[in-house]
This record gives sequence, C-alpha cells and structure tokens, in this order.
Amino acid sequence: MSQHHLSGQAAIVGAATAGIGWDTKMSVAEIMAEAANKALDDAGLSVRDVDGLFAVTPYYWMASATLADQLGIQPKVTDSTNIGGASVVAHVGHAVRAIVSGQCEVAVIAYASTQRSDTGKLVTGADLLPYERPYGPLFPISGYAMVMQRHMHEFGTTREQLAKVAVAASQWAALNPEALKPEPLTVEDVLASSLISDPLRKLDICLVTNGGGAIVLTSSERAKTLMKPAIPVLGTGESHSHCYMSNMRSFTTTAGVESGRAAYEMAGLGPADIDVAQIYDAFTIMVVLGLEDMGFCKKGEGGRMIDAGIGPGSRLPVNTTGGGLRYCHPGMFGIFLLVEAVRQLRNECGKRQVAKARRALVHGFGGVLAGNATVILGRG
Amino acid sequence: MSENPPARPLPDTRNAGAKFWSAAAEGVLLVPTCGACGTAFWHPRPRCPHCGSDRVDWIKASGRGTIHTFTVVRQSGDPYFRTKLPYAVAMIELDEGIRMMSNIVQTPIDSLAIGMRVEAVFEPAAAGVGIPLFRAAAERAKRSGQ
Repeated sequence: MSQHHLSGQAAIVGAATAGIGWDTKMSVAEIMAEAANKALDDAGLSVRDVDGLFAVTPYYWMASATLADQLGIQPKVTDSTNIGGASVVAHVGHAVRAIVSGQCEVAVIAYASTQRSDTGKLVTGADLLPYERPYGPLFPISGYAMVMQRHMHEFGTTREQLAKVAVAASQWAALNPEALKPEPLTVEDVLASSLISDPLRKLDICLVTNGGGAIVLTSSERAKTLMKPAIPVLGTGESHSHCYMSNMRSFTTTAGVESGRAAYEMAGLGPADIDVAQIYDAFTIMVVLGLEDMGFCKKGEGGRMIDAGIGPGSRLPVNTTGGGLRYCHPGMFGIFLLVEAVRQLRNECGKRQVAKARRALVHGFGGVLAGNATVILGRG
Repeated sequence: MSENPPARPLPDTRNAGAKFWSAAAEGVLLVPTCGACGTAFWHPRPRCPHCGSDRVDWIKASGRGTIHTFTVVRQSGDPYFRTKLPYAVAMIELDEGIRMMSNIVQTPIDSLAIGMRVEAVFEPAAAGVGIPLFRAAAERAKRSGQ
C-alpha cells in the first residue's frame, strides 16, 4: 500500500549535536540526554512535552529506557531498534507513524557514543558468523574492502575516484566549524596512506570520535505553533538484505535500492527533486554505492559521478559536514546525517550552505551494508 | 616453560554446521542442500532458507570454485592472525552455486584476482574439527575449468 498519505504529516522541529570531540568528561547517557535537551531547546519545547522516545547506541541494551531514565520521563512510545549506523534514520519512519496514528505527540530520536575515549576498553560488536570467525576478516573493514574490490572489478571504478570521496569530504569539513579534521587532503594523501585491508587504505576509513545528536519530531499541525520553520518528513523507507557478509546477495548493490524506492514513493518524488544528499560514509565506497542505489546515477557510474564532483559547488552537494570521514564518527553516524539535513533546509549552514536547498535526502547504512534506511525531508 | 603458539580461532560447533567442520577434518567439503526443493544453501541452518523445509541433506561438494571477491588483510590485533599477516580473506563462489568465506593459502598474494579458479585444502584444527581453506587450482583444473 502506498504510504503517500503520510508524506508531510509530521515534521522535524528541533535538531542538535552534543559532545563532539576527541575527549569527554561526560557519560554516553549524559551526552545523549544533553543532545535531546538541546534539540528540545532548538524546537522551543520542553522535556515535559516528550511522549515518544527513540534511541540507539552500542553501549546500552535498552537505549530508549536509558535515555528515559536520564531525562526523567515515562514515554508512551519507546523504540531501541538497532540496525547499525542506519538505526536513527529508520527511527524517523517509526516516529512519523507513531505521531500520525496519535500514539504520541512529540518524539525525540537520540544517539551518543564515547567510542574515542573508550578505544581499547570497549569490546566492540564484531558480529561474525561461526563460518567467518576462523578466517580473520577485520570487522567491518574487510567486508567493505571486498565490496570495494568487487565494485572496481565489475564497473572499473578506480582507486583515484574513491580517494576523491575523502577529498570532497575534506573540502566540506574545511567549511564546518564543528569538524574535527578540517585539514586539506589530496588524492595523493589518500593513496599514500597505509593499506589496512586491500584495496582499502587508512584514509578511506572514518574517524573514531566521541559525540551525540538528537532530533525532535511532532505533527505538522503542532509544528506551526513552534519557533523555527518545521522541516516536513516527506518520505521514509527501510530494509536489510542480509546481516552477515556471507549472506550478502550482492557485493555491489545494497538494500538501499528498496529503502530508497519506498522513501521516493511515499514522497511522490524522484532523485532529480533532491538538492542536497547526506549519505553514510564510514568508508569511501559507501558514497559510491549510495549515489547509485539512491538513483542519482546508474549502477556502476558512481565513480564517474565522483569525478564530476560532490564537493562544494557541485550539482549534487553530498555530505556537507565533511561526513564520517572528516567531521566526526562516534560509532554510528546516522544522527549527524539527519541534523545536517535539517540545518541545510533551514539555511543555518554558514559557509557550507547549499544555495536554495529545498529538499534533502538522507541515507543510512549499518553493519556491512546490512541495515538501510532512507529519509526525504523538505517542502513537497 | 614452553608457550604454545597462538592458534586459529575455532568455529563454534553447537549449531547446524557441526558436520561441516567434522567432515573437513576428514578432508571432505560438505554443503547443506535442501531435501525438498533441492537448493544448495549457505550458511548451514536447521531449515532451508528458500522453502522452509527441515529436510536438510549434506552433499559432498567438488571443492572447486572461483574467487568472487577478496581482500588482503595487512593489520590485525588478533594474536593468531597477527602471525599470518599479510593474509587473504575471500568469498569463494563454489561450483555448486553457493558463496562462502575462506582464506586463500599456498598462493602468492600478488597473483590473487577475482575470477581465479581455486580448490579446497583442509587444515586440521582440533580433534574432529578441520578448517576448509582454498588455494589456486592446479593447472589441470584451469584447462578444464571455465
């Protein structure tokens, strides 16, 4: 059944980041709650208004309950769905439905991690099959390396094109005062960085940082009474085609095809209607796959689209914060994709502002391209 | 006092794949195949992921296949794999039509390529547990293969 009747019925009314950095004096729960409070301040709402809680983090097994304890509230809707880095992007679709059905009025979606400060302490969730563990793949790095290798083989995608994804990220990061790696980067720098898992090099991989973020959603009706211009949720979609590398139906096409199609259908829009895209970039190859699977170019032509440009001034600006590669990446980057999409559509982005940005697409990946979730925001 | 060198991580065998590892200890590559719909599948499960039948048979595979994709691991924190650097992790497309993860061994790292024909070899791991690995197929197979 078409989901078009849900398009534009709910909106994002608050967005904030918290605790982005290399060091922290705050706990994960505290950063998550701080982000939620800042996003509520941004919306002109209070924590007393919140009756829907959506949260995820690698740290707590019931993240939305942890967040509720920290905020001191008892929600009517609670959701700790974990599909990796795409989780909070999927939560947007869940929150829209909870709001439109009347299950809750004001929903908060939050994430935080202190992965940088805990490096060496936290046992990260290397989730491998018993049929993979004896073979020593780096999780998730070797999975992405094998995706990269296969994409280069099937479509002639080059190492230089993939390096340009990191270079474009560095150009955006230079314009973002929140970015932790604003230094310039060249294709030569990327190609000279150390091999980790061929053909994947160190500078193809995201940063490891601390940080958190949150967004606030409510009905478009209630959004009219609030301070800032509401950003309507036009389309949402989610899917996964596998969990483990061994079960990937394809090493070059993701379930983003399905989540993207669902989001476009709900919105009644297509790729040509999008002004700015935020595509999860824990590894350079993910941007190539995201551009293809979101329909911004044909399958196999992602490398050529990178050649044409995704940096400042390009036809389709992508990852305008500098992304997970150069802005920050505390374990899961999804919330930062959403916050930036909102900031772009509100015209709050200063030097990195995309002119006349009316509609934004956010695509989250989780695990080794396992979890997929797409959100389209803006004016229909 | 002598210290044992670090060993390859053993697979968990408390699952539907136990027979895969015990057969490998005998130098045999078995693949789960549905007794109802006839489809070979990976990974092992108590029921066929295509039709849901619990009639799962183990079929002796040819042990031959091609590299679908691969990576050469250059860094590792694992005590065993650190001693093996650089080593190749690959997805092998078996001639039976399923794709499984393994290591490519006894083959120069620089010669690895997608599409390369490979054949199974077996490494003893523990009592009744063998680990299937792959190496570049012998010349004979290259001529008769695809």
